Amino acid sequence: MMPDLGKYADAVLSSYAVSLVLLALIVWLSLRRSKRIKSDLEEVERKVKSNG
Amino acid sequence: MSLNSLWEYANPKKFIQTTDRVLPWFAWSAALTLVVGLVWGFFFTPDDYRQGSTVKIIYLHVPSALMAINAWLMMLVTSLIWIVRRHHVSALAARAAAPVGMIMTVIALLTGAIWGQPMWGTWWAWDPRLTSFLILFLFYLGYIALWEAIENDDTAADLTSILCLVGSVFALLSRYAVNFWNQGLHQGASLSLDKEENVADVFWYPLLVAMAGFVLLFIALVLMRTRTEIRARRMRALLARERMGA
Repeated sequence: MMPDLGKYADAVLSSYAVSLVLLALIVWLSLRRSKRIKSDLEEVERKVKSNG
Repeated sequence: MSLNSLWEYANPKKFIQTTDRVLPWFAWSAALTLVVGLVWGFFFTPDDYRQGSTVKIIYLHVPSALMAINAWLMMLVTSLIWIVRRHHVSALAARAAAPVGMIMTVIALLTGAIWGQPMWGTWWAWDPRLTSFLILFLFYLGYIALWEAIENDDTAADLTSILCLVGSVFALLSRYAVNFWNQGLHQGASLSLDKEENVADVFWYPLLVAMAGFVLLFIALVLMRTRTEIRARRMRALLARERMGA
């Protein structure tokens, strides 16, 4: 199934590896911050409500 | 949709409600088109007669370069909306887009260097397009750092908007550097309305799908990150109000 990349295998595979890692990183960081800020905001809103 | 109804989305609550519905669609279609485009390009396209298998790098390099420039142009539009109409959501959308645009620039620079080494015999050259892309990357860094450095959201939005206007010169230069200075190693546009200039169909169709995947991923990430920035801003406002009341 793997295509024969010949003498350029290192260049092609490293391009895909670097790009996919960077794309996964930005998706993961965005999801993590989204979750954290959402729960922090809920906490602050609860606190503000209880303080009247 | 009239222009007036478009401004409704400048309301943070309305923006979050609407994106609640559309975000999953963008996210799943981004994942699907990216997988289809990259798998098609990597596994099911032939080698180029001159560049061999390195032509497969095009499915990452061209879409990421495209988004690196267009992310900045999107930031330019939202920054102008902030300057003219003072809609917070637009300033926050620009802030949300910057790290995504920066990652796209890094991917374009790295894949370009990896591709350039076997084709040009060098990882890097001070070629007009490469250099303007490096400067664009530095602008992204500066833009993100400026947002982080200023505590007051409105002041940060004002100053980063001005920086964005200045950086737009380099975003446009990155796109047209090859045309402006007819020199350097980098080739002209791979994609053009002129059929003669385009890459062959066998590479072009998977490239179109990969580009659609990058565009959809960018939209999904910017929507998600803008929602986060809206919530973070609300949290800062509530905490400030609490401190004032205490």
